[in-house]
Amino acid sequence: MMQKSGLGQKINRVWAIFLLVFLVAPALVALPVSLTPKRFLSMPTDTLSLRHFEKLFTSPEWISSFVQSATIALTSAAFATILGTLCAIGLWRISSRAGEVVRAFLLLPLVIPPIISAMAFYRLFVPLGLIDSYLGLMLAHTVLAAPLVLITVSASLAGFDPRLEQASRNLGASSMTTLLRVILPSIRPGVLAGAVFAFIASWDEIVVTLFLSKFNVYTLPRRMWNGIRENTDPTVAAAAVVLIGITIIAFLIWALVQRRARTQNS
Amino acid sequence: MAHTPAIPLQARNMWRYLPRGGWLLVAPLMVLVLGLFLGPLTNIMVISVTDPKPGLGNYAALFQSDALGGILWTTLRVCVLTTAISVTLGYCIAHAMIHALARERNWMLSLLLVSFWISVLVRTFSWLMLLGRNGLVNNGLEAIGLITQPIEFMRNELGVLIGMVHYMVPYAVLPLLASMQTIDARVLAASRNLGASPAQTFWRVYLPLTRPGLVAAALLVFILSLGFYVTPAILGGGKVLMVAEYISVQILVTLRWGTAAMLAVLMLGGVLGLLFVMSRFMKLSTVFGGTKP
Repeated sequence: MMQKSGLGQKINRVWAIFLLVFLVAPALVALPVSLTPKRFLSMPTDTLSLRHFEKLFTSPEWISSFVQSATIALTSAAFATILGTLCAIGLWRISSRAGEVVRAFLLLPLVIPPIISAMAFYRLFVPLGLIDSYLGLMLAHTVLAAPLVLITVSASLAGFDPRLEQASRNLGASSMTTLLRVILPSIRPGVLAGAVFAFIASWDEIVVTLFLSKFNVYTLPRRMWNGIRENTDPTVAAAAVVLIGITIIAFLIWALVQRRARTQNS
Repeated sequence: MAHTPAIPLQARNMWRYLPRGGWLLVAPLMVLVLGLFLGPLTNIMVISVTDPKPGLGNYAALFQSDALGGILWTTLRVCVLTTAISVTLGYCIAHAMIHALARERNWMLSLLLVSFWISVLVRTFSWLMLLGRNGLVNNGLEAIGLITQPIEFMRNELGVLIGMVHYMVPYAVLPLLASMQTIDARVLAASRNLGASPAQTFWRVYLPLTRPGLVAAALLVFILSLGFYVTPAILGGGKVLMVAEYISVQILVTLRWGTAAMLAVLMLGGVLGLLFVMSRFMKLSTVFGGTKP
C-alpha cells in the first residue's frame, strides 16, 4: 500500500467514481422511456404506464424472439461448455508447445472482428442450406463462445494440482472416473463461469446473427436491432429494461460463483 | 462435492485403455473450429483475389477509389481517437481501483463488470435516447439555458466516439489493472523517501512501470474498435461509414464479395499483426482472462 495518498490521488478517486457511474448510468435511461404512456419513444411527463411491458410480454413476435434466443443461447452454451472444458483439460494435459499453438488458433474466433466471422459463416452456410436455420446459428454461436469457456476453465486448471490426478490414477481410477470425480469438481467454478459467459455471448450476439438469419429465426437482438433502426416503438425500451435485469442477475450468479470459489480456496 | 452418477462398467473399461494423452479431448473443438471457422476464413482470403476475376484488382482499387480511401481514413481516425480517450479514462479508473480499499474496490469492479456485460444494443439504444435532437442531453442543456440550439451529437463522428468510448473503457481497464497489480509498492515508497513529490513519483516511476499494460490496453481497444459494427452503424446514422459497415453493405446490398473480402483481409491482417505486437508486451491470457481483481 502507498504510505499516504496525495491530493492528486484523492481527486482521481472522485473522477474514477464519476467515470464508473458514466459507464453504467446511460443504460438506465431505458427505464423511464419504457414507462412512457405514449405510443412513441419519449420521456414520461406526468403519468407512468406499463403498457409497453404488457405489449412486450403479450406480443407473439417478442415472445417468439425471447424463446428463440433462449433456445439458441442455452444450446450453444451447453455445446460450448462441453467442448471448451474438454479441450481445456486436453491442452492442460498436453502442456507442450504444439498445444499452445493449437490454443492460440482456437482462441481466434474471439479476437477476429465479428463482421469477418459473419462473412466466413455466411459463405459456408449458403451452399449448406443453413442460412436462417436454428442449427446454423447454434453452430456459429458455439464456435464463437467456446473460446470463452476455454479461457475460464484453463484459468481454473492453472490452480489445480496435477498430483491429484496422478494420485487418483494410482489408486486405480480410470481416466473417465478421474475426469468426472477429481478434475471436474475442482474446476467447477471455471466451468460455471465459462457457461455463463458462453450464454451471454450467444444471447447478445447480433452481427453474425444479422447475416445468418432472415425470417424464420428472429432472435431478440435481431428484433431489438430492427426496433432501434426504426426508432419509434417504446417496446424496445421495455425489452432493454428486461435485458438489463437479466444482465444484473447473470452478474450476481457469476459473483456468487467467484466468491464461493475464493472461500473454498482459502 | 456433488454426487456424480456411476459410470457403466463397460464404459469404464473402454476409457481405461484409451490413450492418456489430451489430444482426444482437444479434437472435437479443433474439428469444429477448423471446419466452421478457419476453413471458411481461408476461403474469404481466396475470394479477395479471385472475385470478380483472378488477380489483385480488388487491392488495386484501394489506390484508385476515393470512397475506399475515405472509409479507411475515417475508420483509422475514429479508432485512434477512441483508443486514446478510452485508455486515458481507463487508466484513471484502474489507478483509483488499485489504490482503493478492498470493499470500495469490489464496488468499483462490480460497476465496471456490469457495464461490461450490458448488451451493446441496450447501450446504443440508450445513447440514441440521450443524444438525439430532442434527447435528454439537449433538452437538459436547453432547460438550464446553456444552449439555445440543440447540439448535433448524432449522425456524426462525435456520437460514434461517445458510443465507442463508452463501450471500450472497460476493455481498457482490465489489462491496466492486471499490469498495475504487479507493481511493487516499495518502489513507490522508495521514490517518495528519496525526496520525489507524489507527482514526480507518478510521472517518472509509476507511469513508466505500467507501460506494458498501457500498450496492451491500447492495442486491445484499437483491435476491437477496428471491427466494431453496431455502434458506428446506429449512432453514425449512415454518415460515418467505417470499414465494418461498408463490408456489410458490400455483402448484403451491392453483392460485391471481392471488395468485401479484400477489406476483410486488410482488417484481419491489421488485427493479427497488432495481436502479435501485443503478445510481446503481455501474456495474452491475462488480458482476456483478466477479470479477477
